[in-house]
Parts: sequence; structure tokens; C-alpha cells
Amino acid sequence: MPAATTGVKARKFRGEVFITEDRCKECGFCIEFCPPKVLEFSKEFNRHGYHPPILVNEAGCTGCDLCGLYCPDFAIYGLRVPVESPAATASAAGVSPLGNDASGVERVRQGGGI
Amino acid sequence: MSVMVPFNPVEPFLRSERMPHIWCSGCGIGTTVNCFARALAESKLPLDKVAIVSGIGCTGRVAGYLNLDSFHTTHGRAIPFATGLKLANPELTVVVYSGDGDLIAIGGNHFIHAARRNVDIKVICINNFIYGMTGGQVAPTTPVGATATTAPYGCFERPFNLPYLAESSGAVYVARWTAYHVRYIAHSMAEALRKKGFSFIEILAPCPTLYQRRNKLGDGLETMRYYKQHSVIRHGANTRDLNLDFQGEITLGKFVDIERPTLQQTMGQRFRQVLRERYAG
Amino acid sequence: MSSPRRSAVLSGAHFMDGNHAACEGAIAAGANFAAGYPITPSTEIVERFASRAPLVGATFLQMEDELASSIAILGAAWGGAKAFTVTSGPGFSLMMEHIGFAAMTETPCVFVNVQRGGPSTGLPTLPAQADMMQARWGSHGDYEIIALCPNSPQECFNLMIDAFNFSEQYRNPVLLMMDESVGHMTEKVVIPPADQIDIIPRRYTSKAPSEYLPFKPASDDVPEMARVGEGYHFHVTGLTHDEHGYPSMEWQTQEALVGRLVGKIRAHADDLTRTEEKQLEDAEIVLVAYGISSRVALWALQKAREEGLRVGLLRPIVVWPFPEKRIRELAQRVKAFVVVELNYGQMVREVERAAAGRARTILVPHAGGAVHPPESIVKVLREVGS
Ligand code: SF4
Ligand code: SF4
Ligand code: SF4
Repeated sequence: MPAATTGVKARKFRGEVFITEDRCKECGFCIEFCPPKVLEFSKEFNRHGYHPPILVNEAGCTGCDLCGLYCPDFAIYGLRVPVESPAATASAAGVSPLGNDASGVERVRQGGGI
Repeated sequence: MSVMVPFNPVEPFLRSERMPHIWCSGCGIGTTVNCFARALAESKLPLDKVAIVSGIGCTGRVAGYLNLDSFHTTHGRAIPFATGLKLANPELTVVVYSGDGDLIAIGGNHFIHAARRNVDIKVICINNFIYGMTGGQVAPTTPVGATATTAPYGCFERPFNLPYLAESSGAVYVARWTAYHVRYIAHSMAEALRKKGFSFIEILAPCPTLYQRRNKLGDGLETMRYYKQHSVIRHGANTRDLNLDFQGEITLGKFVDIERPTLQQTMGQRFRQVLRERYAG
Repeated sequence: MSSPRRSAVLSGAHFMDGNHAACEGAIAAGANFAAGYPITPSTEIVERFASRAPLVGATFLQMEDELASSIAILGAAWGGAKAFTVTSGPGFSLMMEHIGFAAMTETPCVFVNVQRGGPSTGLPTLPAQADMMQARWGSHGDYEIIALCPNSPQECFNLMIDAFNFSEQYRNPVLLMMDESVGHMTEKVVIPPADQIDIIPRRYTSKAPSEYLPFKPASDDVPEMARVGEGYHFHVTGLTHDEHGYPSMEWQTQEALVGRLVGKIRAHADDLTRTEEKQLEDAEIVLVAYGISSRVALWALQKAREEGLRVGLLRPIVVWPFPEKRIRELAQRVKAFVVVELNYGQMVREVERAAAGRARTILVPHAGGAVHPPESIVKVLREVGS
């Protein structure tokens, strides 16, 4: 997990994207509809022979989670993380950042896009 | 740099042990399930009290992938199953999630009658204009001119206009989206989850394996681009005007959102009025 | 065991027909949901239920067709209700898929078929017993069924309660196979006090969701059910499924599941078997008949006895599983079975199979539309006895 991304000093949040590579079926939805276009297909293959996406512009991800909404295979999602508290803490503990309440949806709404 | 984590935020709504699912690459069904998970979260409904009912077909598999009490029923009969479930257990929020062939062809009779009665169920219809699981046969939604394995020279039957069918049958909530319009879908689903009465959401979704490939329309992504470019949102549009032509313009929006007593309410009212204290309901 | 709600049970002596008695049996069994589609000659059952339901805390819905009725009851059953549907003739054909779905998903429920003449529209207002094999084999695939055949309004009441109890005990669809004559025959029906009616409650699990597997059988091969809406998040499918309830396309899963679905009934065939027997002690010829035909056969028995023929009667009350053990025993010592049924040969095949050549099996057929002229049976008895 990297520290707060450089070059975004004024921002309280940064975006992070999480990819479960082996679930990806290479449809390209996430890459196409990512508003800042920060995803590309990886050159690597996943276990099923598909090229999953990779984040090519780390600073550009806003954590809007549109990739997460589009992905038909539940293989990717984005998260807005307060700069001082990395999301990985919650993730590593096995707790869903969205969970059972609406806070996740608020976050999704803040992300802009369509 | 991204971090590999073993789940994503929809995970609590999924039966993760059943992933990967059976849907093809670029199939739109999974995208709508994502939206549904967000809608469930937004609705704040207790998940234990949400039950999902599907029929048969590709979309019929949705029930099996959602971490809810779930029922994968017989072909075309999700709605009457859901009707029995809801009447027997009114505290459940009952969602029917199925495809156009299942709900509108073999299940069409149940669809119109449940709407007429205003059974308090939410019906999500993934419309990909074709039979998926059985291999690309013509459906009552296939646009005139589109080909299918059982319409090899092109469909020559007029398809149903589903929002019009739903509204004229009595639905209290009617909306149409495409799989491209994810935030609208999630919002609409959340609205329907809170709505009392027969609520209907049609979602156009790519079936790249059968519909798009056979009709030389590209893959799932190409279809999503098409939806993006050729859809117009006209909330409150007259549902009569919502016919879908082959590769024509697509009108989207929320068309109906009215109040009407549900089946259980009209039943209770009638019995109380006629039977008074003899009514044991 | 528990008892039904006292206020719902019309305890006392009544004069009512079989259809009305079947409805009261359902209410006494605790049925609180029915869905139906009108069809002669069964309709009085749901007409009565429609009028009684709001008075006893039950729900009735007339659906758009038999397909809808037969699955609405399954939705209701999973919603926690004790549910049944009622039909005849063509409607029974339409319900077949959901009898199979109920067997596959182990949904407790009761289907009533008041049999009329067929095939197709046939004789809507007249009796037949020609759906007996359809009852057993009508839905596709391998499964077992429990079916009961009443021969009086009183028995329509009694067997309806048994049907519900069997459906709960074995988590299997149970069929009440009436016929038009019994359905429309009016006789004395005694409804006992509620506390004398034994009800088998649904087999709900007491396990926590984390320990519960929806289709893992208990010791008697029958899995416990979970209540919907209680956090079990269980899955029910008509696809071949494993103990989690998840679809599996492996032959091993199919073998385990179908083997258990069939086995849970076959292993209890002796517990399920119920017959009425008359004058079998010295019988050389055994009449085998069920439903209305058993009453005609009894008349023939008495006539034949007057003529000195040693005739007895075996009446299967539970027709499926078929009482083949009893037939096998009798076949060792009797000369012949004479099967009287309102069809061109259905249960006679079972009798013949169980008799396995040890005794002759003769059918007295009738295409339905009326009951057998009793003399036609006596004539056969004379021939066999001579
Ligand atoms: S979270 Fe938003 S910005 Fe980040 S990769 Fe996903 S779609 Fe792109
Ligand atoms: S949307 Fe999902 S399945 Fe499609 S390419 Fe992106 S990660 Fe892969
Ligand atoms: S066949 Fe079509 S509808 Fe079915 S999973 Fe594949 S793309 Fe989706």
C-alpha cells in the first residue's frame, strides 16, 4: 500500500482501485468508462487466460467506483480513501467498506460520472 | 499501484463461494447485479427480510448468486411463486429478477395479472432481446429485423413494449434503463425497493454471445457504447411511445410512479368492510 | 404433534359432500393458503375455502391458471404457510411441472385432484379414475409421490389431514386423488374437536445459520427447513443441487440427490401403507379397488358371497406408495385378484407386478362417465370362481 499520492496535497481524499484479477473476463467496461481513463489492460494473463485491467495512472484515480458499478464480474472496485487512513486497513480485516449501510453509496455518488 | 484484496464492496451481497459466475464476458447481467447490491445498501432494508425469486435462463441465475433467501423457480413462474411468498409472509420484500423470455413470453400471463392485482413485488427484467441460455432463439422482445436462431431470416413479429405493457396492466412504478446507465439503475432499484406495489424496471443489457454476435453488433463493450450514444432520458414519457426498433433510438427514464392500494390492502379492506369483526386477517 | 386452531375447526356432525369435506379437512389440518383455478368437478373445494379463508385467518387467491396456482402454493409454503391447490382433469396436466418442482425442492404441499373423465376435456362433470398413473409418473424425471384415495366424504376430510401431515413429515408433495363421485356424494361427516386432531408441524431447524445446510438430510433422509426471513440466506432451486442447495451438474450430485428423494419415501413405504380389508380371511378371489369403485366392488362382493364365492376386498387408501407387500403376501394364497377401476388399466399393472404370476390378475375396466354396473363385476367374479 503506497503512502498518500504525491501531487494532490490539497485533497483530503485519494482514489484507490482494487482488482481481483482472476475474476476478470476482459470485457473492457471498466477501462472504457473510467472517467479519468486511468485503467488499461494488463499484458499479463489471469488464471483463465484473460487480461485484467491495471491502474496506469495512480494519481488519476478518483475512487469514484464507476469501474465497480460496471464490472459484470465483481472483479474491480474503486474507493475514496481519506489521505490519512488507508482503506487497506479495513480491507485486510475482511470488513467490507460498503457493508450493509448506505455510506458506500454516498461515496459512489460523490464520485461523479453519469 | 493497486492492491489485491479478496473481496469488493458488493461481496456481502454475493455468494462469493459461487464465483466466478456462469455469465459470458461482456454480458450485462452482472453489471445490473452490481447496481442491485448498491440499491440494497441504499435502501437500508434489513437483508434478512429481502427474498429474491428468479425463473429460468441466464438472468434466472441471479437468485443463486445473491446472498439472500433465494428461489430459482420454474420457467416463467417466478411471479406467481413470488405472489405466494409475499402473501404468506408480508414482511418480506420480494424481488423477482429474471429475463425477458422468462417474464414476458412463457410468464407473460402472470406478469399482467400480478400487475393488475398490484401484488407488492418488484420485478426487474433484464431484456437482451433474445433467449440466452437456450442458445439465441427469438423472443417476444426481439426487434423486427433482428435475427435469432429460430428467426434466421430476421424477426417479423412485433415485439412487446414492456413499459407500456406494465403500465396498462396496472404497475405503479415503471422505469427503463440500459446496462450503461448504472447509477440510474441503482437509484431506480432503490426507489422500487421502497415502493409499495407492483414495480417494474426493464434494463436493456448486452448478450454479446448470442444477440450481438448473431446480429453483427460487436461485443458487450460495443453495445454499451451504443447505449451511451443512442439513449435519451425522458422521465414521464408516454409509455405508448417506447417501442424499440432494431438499433434505433432508446428512450429511458422513469415513466410511472403512482400510488394504488396493493393486493393485500384491497383484500384486507374488502374483508373488513364486509365481514367486520368476523374477519380473522 | 400439535392441534389446529379451535375456532377454525367446525367440530360436530355435518351433512356435506366430499368436496366441502376436503376443504374442511384442509382447514382442520391448519392450511392457511390456497390458490386455485376453477375447474369442474373440483371447484367447490376452493369456493368453500374462498368463503372460509378470511374467517379463519387464511388466504385464498384465484390465480390466472393452474400453472400459477400450483407454484403460488409453493411460494406460500416457503413463506411459512401450509398450502394446497385443487384441480381436475386438464388442470392436473398443467400442474405436473410443479409437482416435480415441489418434489425436487422438498416443499411440503398438497395437490387435490377430483378426477373426471378424459383424455383432454373428456367428461367434466362425470367420474373417472384415469389419472392414477399420471399422479405417480406425470412430472418428468425420477421422484416418488404420496397419493391418497378417499371413498367417502368422511374420508375426504380425514385424508386431507393425513395428506398435510405426510407432506410435512416427508417434505414431499402429497396428492389427494378424489373422483367426481366421491367429491359430489353427500353423507354424514363428523369433524372431531380440534384437540383430537393431530397435526405434524413443519420441520424447522433449530441450528444457527452458520451450522445449517438446507439440503443435508436428517437421520430419516429428510432435511430440516429454515424459516425465510430469519437470516439463513438459503437457496432453493429446481436444478440438481448439493447439500448447500447450490446447483451442481455432476452425476455424483444427481445420484446422491435423486437417490435420497426416492429413498426417503421408499424406505418408509411400510409406514405409509394403509389399506382397508374386508373378508380376506378365507378369500380365494380378492377384489382390489379404491375411491368410488371400492364401494361398487363391495356391493359385488356381497352379491358374490351370497352365491357362495369366497371373495374379499382390498382397498388401498394410500395408493402411492402402492401396497405391494400386502399384494405379495395375498398372492401366495389366493387364486386371483380382480381389479375394479374407472380406467382402462392403471393400478392393475401394479397388482400384476406385485402378484408376480403367483395369482391371476384380472381387470374390470370402465372408461368413466359412470361407475361400474355392479353386475359386470359379479359376472367376472363368477367366471374366475368357477
Ligand atoms: S475508481 Fe473511478 S477513477 Fe478509479 S479506476 Fe475506477 S472508475 Fe477509474
Ligand atoms: S469490467 Fe471487470 S471483467 Fe470487465 S475488464 Fe474490467 S475488471 Fe475485467
Ligand atoms: S448467453 Fe448472453 S445473456 Fe447468457 S450469459 Fe452469455 S451473454 Fe449473458
